[in-house]
Amino acid sequence: MHLLIIFISIALINNFVLAYFLGICPFIGVSNKASSAIGMGFAVTFVMTLTAVVTWPIKHYFLVPFNLPFLEYVAFILVIAALVQFVEMYLKKFVPPLYYALGIYLPLITTNCAILGFALIASLRQYDFLETLVFGFGGGLGFTIALIIMAGIREELDVADVPKPLRGVGITLLIAGMLGLAFMGFAGMMGGS
Amino acid sequence: MKKGSTLYELLKGLWKENPVLVLVLGTCPTLAVSNTVINGFAMSLAVLFVLVMSNLMISIIRKIIPSQVRLPVFIIVISTFVTMADLFLRAQFPDISKALGPFVPLIIVNCIIIARAEAFASKQGIWLSVIDAIGMSAGFMWVLLLMGAIRELLGFGTIAGFRVMGSWFSPWIIMLLPPGAFLVFGTLVGLKNLIMAKLSARRA
Repeated sequence: MHLLIIFISIALINNFVLAYFLGICPFIGVSNKASSAIGMGFAVTFVMTLTAVVTWPIKHYFLVPFNLPFLEYVAFILVIAALVQFVEMYLKKFVPPLYYALGIYLPLITTNCAILGFALIASLRQYDFLETLVFGFGGGLGFTIALIIMAGIREELDVADVPKPLRGVGITLLIAGMLGLAFMGFAGMMGGS
Repeated sequence: MKKGSTLYELLKGLWKENPVLVLVLGTCPTLAVSNTVINGFAMSLAVLFVLVMSNLMISIIRKIIPSQVRLPVFIIVISTFVTMADLFLRAQFPDISKALGPFVPLIIVNCIIIARAEAFASKQGIWLSVIDAIGMSAGFMWVLLLMGAIRELLGFGTIAGFRVMGSWFSPWIIMLLPPGAFLVFGTLVGLKNLIMAKLSARRA
């Protein structure tokens, strides 16, 4: 039950994009087509879950015992960069269809602040391993949902008459604000918590 | 003003190549920590420190970094300075550090910093790189302060902690919540485009 609450809370109520402002760059960058939004969303979910699996042991079996918590940021970002590289190489060799589907989105993930942000928030909240895992998977899924909804709206926007100065980034941000308002409504699911 | 002169590199960050409004880089911290003026100010000082130091460092070592591994090197340089900034804030200003939360460490992946390292410091001399960093941080700072002022004014009725609105004012709580950040920032980007369009229409 406890894990379910973490999952729903991060996937919907405290959505990474709409409530924590993490991963805004890809959110604005690749949300203009539904197909690329899906690709990016799943690439992020995949890497985020893997990051959870890797960063938690690093913190608890390496940084804490050796009294090196100040190396946390350096260690996490290096691990994420290496992880993305390995995932890319592995997929290219063994799962080519997935590689070509995720293709160009994988390298972009290294600088996606949602991944590092997620690792830092999980470590800040002192989650245990299972919680971190659920938090990562739910967060990735929430990111995907927000991205796909946004892409759907933006495809419709192409035929709408948006005031000229707002076209592109401006209207995307305004819509994200309204989506954020809508997502806040999910808070009612948890009895207002 | 021509490209390459000190003045040009200093001023371009303020408007013409403003990192937040024009290049739309570093949007995550812009949205997240602009709920009050003080938070926005602290954040932009942290970014100023990291950007100046990392541009300086990268510009110094730019000739000895092999180009294949330059991005990992940039990231290590940047995260070192970010760790320093974070530890300093935590020790000296624990309240502000708590309010900024994970967004100080997230300066590591702030696209402004990597973009300046890649696009500028790795190609230019030390002097211009530092000037570029100062200009870019100033551009980041004024947008953050403006957004902080708007959101704090409408959300609390105060600016930098001083009460501006009278007792008749009922705060717009929404401005302090995440959606408010998107709405204000979207409007600002729209306004910037409007002003740009008006200016270039007048010049033509």
